[in-house]
Amino acid sequence: MSDGIWIIVIGALVAGSCALVGCFLVLRRQALMGDAISHAVLPGIVIAFLITHSRNTLPMMMGAGALGLFTAFLTSALERHGRLQADASLGVTFTWLFALGVILVSAFTGHVDLDAECVLYGEIEYAPLYRAFWGEFDLGPRAFWILLAVAVANTLFVTLGYKQLKLCAFDPGLAAAVGINAALWHYLLMAFVSITTVGAFESVGAILVVALLIVPPNTAYLLTDRLWAMLALSAVLGALSSVGGYLLASALDSSTSAAIAVVSGLFFILAALFSPTHGAVPRYVRRRRLIARTQAFAE
Amino acid sequence: MTLTSNAPAAPIEVHDLTVAYHHRPVLWDVDAAFPESQLIAVVGPNGAGKSTLIKAIMGLVPLASGEVRVFGKPVNETRRLVAYVPQRESVDWDFPTTALDVVLMGRYGHLSLFGRPRKRDREIARQSLEKVGMQDFAHRQISQLSGGQQQRVFLARALAQQTKVYLMDEPFAGVDAATEKAIVVLLQELRAEGSTVVVVHHDLQSVPEYFDSVMLLNLRLVAFGDVASTFTPENLHKTYGGRLNLLTEVGEKLRRQEWNARQ
Repeated sequence: MSDGIWIIVIGALVAGSCALVGCFLVLRRQALMGDAISHAVLPGIVIAFLITHSRNTLPMMMGAGALGLFTAFLTSALERHGRLQADASLGVTFTWLFALGVILVSAFTGHVDLDAECVLYGEIEYAPLYRAFWGEFDLGPRAFWILLAVAVANTLFVTLGYKQLKLCAFDPGLAAAVGINAALWHYLLMAFVSITTVGAFESVGAILVVALLIVPPNTAYLLTDRLWAMLALSAVLGALSSVGGYLLASALDSSTSAAIAVVSGLFFILAALFSPTHGAVPRYVRRRRLIARTQAFAE
Repeated sequence: MTLTSNAPAAPIEVHDLTVAYHHRPVLWDVDAAFPESQLIAVVGPNGAGKSTLIKAIMGLVPLASGEVRVFGKPVNETRRLVAYVPQRESVDWDFPTTALDVVLMGRYGHLSLFGRPRKRDREIARQSLEKVGMQDFAHRQISQLSGGQQQRVFLARALAQQTKVYLMDEPFAGVDAATEKAIVVLLQELRAEGSTVVVVHHDLQSVPEYFDSVMLLNLRLVAFGDVASTFTPENLHKTYGGRLNLLTEVGEKLRRQEWNARQ
């Protein structure tokens, strides 16, 4: 397969994985939790790297998962005991952890291949260069297999935990009342967001992963009134953003990850304008028609 | 203290219940047994701890001290026996889901960890929607429903839990007169089936008309008993303090009722 196809497939897996967990962040009004976690996992990744001296994905994911959970925990602890607002406690937590990560990167890993540029913007263009091997046999890009695993894990998580995730997002009170452990599912979701973030890290970086967590789910939210449809649609929109983003980046010879985020933003604008139910234009047309009809009736 | 009487346990008992937020008590040493097959109003001024009492009984807030028993057992063992109708504002009505789907959530407590609602659960959900007259709105997205319709969906969800004890946090808030009547009829049906319904209620005027018992609450338990003997101007004064306008009105109404009864 050509590198272009691999880039598109990898981008689609990143975007799809992000969209599935992103839907629940958006519905729980915790969209910026994705932002926070994607930054706060940095020290976890660096510590894992310092311990193992390799860019092996599994330890990095474990490090990131631990920091992601720590972020979620610290945020709610500050909110509860530090008398801070939710957004303030989030802001304090993740900027501090990210800054800690930046110091760790610059102080201890300056001489190796873990540079700040890659961490921030990702290098999806180079993803096809790092191959996975089965003995002598070339299995394709390493990133593909990592992100396929993340995508499968996220799909299993939202399918098997569908009713718990749904109820905890819609009515945590009833969830607790019928014996669903809302805190457990909150931290499970945060763990999956962290793992997804690390999986996406090398490809799209810490900043653009936020776009993929938040934008496709919000676009889908404008297009449907059913949760399962929102999940499916956001994953598809994410994948389409990857295709569109690759084509845009090739045409302009620009950063692919940024182009993917830009295309997903364009989808959002289209949905905000033209969604049959929530779009601004159809709403305007309906209102005009209603006014015209009432006037005709009055005459 | 242990309960060793042979009498059947009350649907809900609370003993020495104290709840505090940020070290400030919002419920202080409440002791009460809720009688079976009755409609019970919980009234008191804002901040009296009415919602907190409901949440404490559901196990949704940590108790500073005391205990809650449902049919004599700790609430963790009996969650499925208590249906809960939270305040309507407590959820996001723009959530992408339908009325039927919300009612179906009432069945989640009966499902296994990864279990999906079955045909029987859907059937129960549909019947519950019918009982509140909302069957025609089953597939509406919930933000397209009026406030009263949303409240009825919440009631249907509680009905779908198929229990004997119902805790409702202001089910009459923001509903029109017709919906209020429909809800009252529904509550009376539940009572006729032997259910116990505890309702946080704001409209003092309608307490004698709708309820069998009344709990007057203001941080502490002021009085609890059948409406005729408990819902008196003296007790209301103790509960609400000096807000006389409202109280004189209610007291006036009560006196008139007594007067009419004597005639």
